[in-house]
Amino acid sequence: MKTLLKKLLALAGISLATALCLGAAPAQAQDKTITLCWAAWDPANALVELSKDFTAKSGVKMKFEFVPWPNFADRMLNELNSKGKLCDLMIGDSQWIGGSAESGHYVKLNDFFAKEGIKMTDFAPATVTGYAEWPKNTPNYWALPAMADAVGWTYRKDWFAKPELRAEFKKKFNRGLAAPKTWTEFKQVSEFFQGRVVDGKKVYGAYIYTERGSEGITMGVTNVLYPMGFKYQDPKKPYAMDGFVNSADAVKALEFYKSIYKGSTAPGMTNAYMGEGLDAFKSGQVAMQMNFFAFFPGLNKDPVVGGDKIGFFANPSDKGKGVQLGGQGISVVAYSPNQKEALQYIKWFADPAIQKKWQAVGGASAHNAVLNDPGYAESAPYAPAFMESMNMVVDFWAEPSYAELLQAMQKRVHDYVIADKGTAKEALDALVVDWKKIFKEDGKLK
Amino acid sequence: MLTHATPGSQAFLCNTANTKPIMTINRTLERAALATPAAMSSRLRGLSDRAIAWLFIGPTMLILLVINIFPLIWTIKLSFTNYRANRPNANVTDVGIDNYVAVLTDPDIWLAMQNTAHFLFWTILLQMLIGFTLAYLIDRKFRGHGFWTTMILIPMMLSPAVVGNFWAFLYQPQVGLFNYSAALLSGVSASSFSMLGSVTLAPWAIVIVDTWMWTPYVMLICLAGLRSIPDYIYEAAEVDRASKWRQFWSITLPMVMPFIMLAVLFRGIENFKMFDMVNLLTSGGPGSATELASITLKREAFEKWRTGYSSAFAIILFVAVFGMANMYVKALNYVKNR
Repeated sequence: MKTLLKKLLALAGISLATALCLGAAPAQAQDKTITLCWAAWDPANALVELSKDFTAKSGVKMKFEFVPWPNFADRMLNELNSKGKLCDLMIGDSQWIGGSAESGHYVKLNDFFAKEGIKMTDFAPATVTGYAEWPKNTPNYWALPAMADAVGWTYRKDWFAKPELRAEFKKKFNRGLAAPKTWTEFKQVSEFFQGRVVDGKKVYGAYIYTERGSEGITMGVTNVLYPMGFKYQDPKKPYAMDGFVNSADAVKALEFYKSIYKGSTAPGMTNAYMGEGLDAFKSGQVAMQMNFFAFFPGLNKDPVVGGDKIGFFANPSDKGKGVQLGGQGISVVAYSPNQKEALQYIKWFADPAIQKKWQAVGGASAHNAVLNDPGYAESAPYAPAFMESMNMVVDFWAEPSYAELLQAMQKRVHDYVIADKGTAKEALDALVVDWKKIFKEDGKLK
Repeated sequence: MLTHATPGSQAFLCNTANTKPIMTINRTLERAALATPAAMSSRLRGLSDRAIAWLFIGPTMLILLVINIFPLIWTIKLSFTNYRANRPNANVTDVGIDNYVAVLTDPDIWLAMQNTAHFLFWTILLQMLIGFTLAYLIDRKFRGHGFWTTMILIPMMLSPAVVGNFWAFLYQPQVGLFNYSAALLSGVSASSFSMLGSVTLAPWAIVIVDTWMWTPYVMLICLAGLRSIPDYIYEAAEVDRASKWRQFWSITLPMVMPFIMLAVLFRGIENFKMFDMVNLLTSGGPGSATELASITLKREAFEKWRTGYSSAFAIILFVAVFGMANMYVKALNYVKNR
């Protein structure tokens, strides 16, 4: 009897210990909170919703630190450079990858991907190169592609459909009024609408990026530079920029951007970026708007200009194709005390089922399971333009010195396009001098 | 106070005890002395005046050392290196005075300094002229002058961020009130010019906003100066049959001059480091037309991350402001003591 009692007591003890251990695990996880840092915009709000699923599955609570775009780089790079522990996960801009990898801000993810069976071949190649790799085109991964994005265009489909405007356009240009496919067509359409009265209101041809402070005008002008023949460097000789950055084609492209700014935009658009573009389009001020695809789900649902009134098209081409890459990858911050949970989040996020949900709630997945889905092209009116764009994206320098390289371009381009300082050739020549100086300081040029 | 006062200070208090304000101070000090806990007062009794003085200013000195002096010394140290805050793993080497040479020979820096000089000169000139005129008018004590004083003071009570944002709307070529008013007065089309987008107009746009915001501050200082002039001086001048014009040039202006100079000093220092409002209005653009020294410094330090270079620039700016302010204070003292 005594032996039985002892056995029962021992069993009860083991059961109690097991119960306590099992109970403690979720309790511990529930105490954990990780912080995800990103820019403050529509997709970030969608991610908040999506992440509730992660919390439900893992017990890890999520906190979010979102900073408006104009201050995003300043704020977050400061955080990383000061080795701050605010962010466990960072959805950082694509151009940060070089600096963050070389400075040790991000955790290298190769081993983790191998262990968890996450394959980079499952994601769109342009996004892997743009958001995850450093050095570029090498299998060294510092992020998981999180938000596929590029610059695209919206236009007022209802204005383009007006019979009187169509007739007038046909008479003038001997072709139908439609979303432009080349930059020449773009200019014709934008000038056609410039200053015209539509629905009793004076409207303007196009909205393009002109912002000076952060990255705006560079993110705008490159959409003309790339298709017209601008190259960052000699493809055969890295960092050799003479004749590429300031080639005759690049000069022509810069002049072209200025001609659009001068002849097809609304007055006062001298320091305008994403937000101003949305305002201009939503208020019915412009016929065509340059902006990132990330905003298009919201615009498509807009009660005033969305639905049947809005159309989308990919960046026009010229002698070639090209468009500015947007978007970001998600990285684990090296200074985070919660790396385990942060990696758990990345594993959860990489799941194809979650990627499909991410697309559905308003994000933009770079996963092939989403992009190669037969129904994807019909999933949204902007989807075909997005797919076309992702096949021709080009990114700005992602070097550790990207911020300096960017500021140099901001200054030279703004000086020429907005402030009428010098010629396009002088601006690009000066840019080559600036960039050479930066690469020399970096020891990448002699 | 009486418990701890030195014999000298007691004598001073006794000698002047017949004046009302001093009596009030005496009573306050007495109450403070009585309120001091016995244990503390017995401890303090053994300390010299100098020791007590150090005891009081010690914490402030310590905070100043930690948050002002140490960063200053650190900045000086960094200015002689090639350090970059965004490359924590990179080698930091001593570059001597290279950063200082680079700053002083950089045409972009000189352009920023020219922009700053333009901004400083015109804002200070306009603020002094308008501020003094307003103070002179308000000092006339007309019906409702209290209300108008309050109204005039409103702009300086606003945050520069708010001011920057709403002036950006006012300057909007299509819907902005400024362009609309200018169009109404001049007959030109409102959308034919852009205050913030034109290289010629943008430097004036920021001067207008700063003048709008800070003229009331200058007015307050001038008003204090005007009200400090005793009436009997004007009465004596009246007796001597001095004209109003003569009274203004011989009494008002000389006696208000130290106040005006003080306002110039305050506004000069403030505008030399102007950042927030201009950054919101133009971000230094179009091109670099409104890029003031502080905006350039911020770009170098926190956008390009050239920490060593920007430290050298910061030190040069600091020495320039500190040196000019010192010379100016000497001139101010000279004017006061005339």
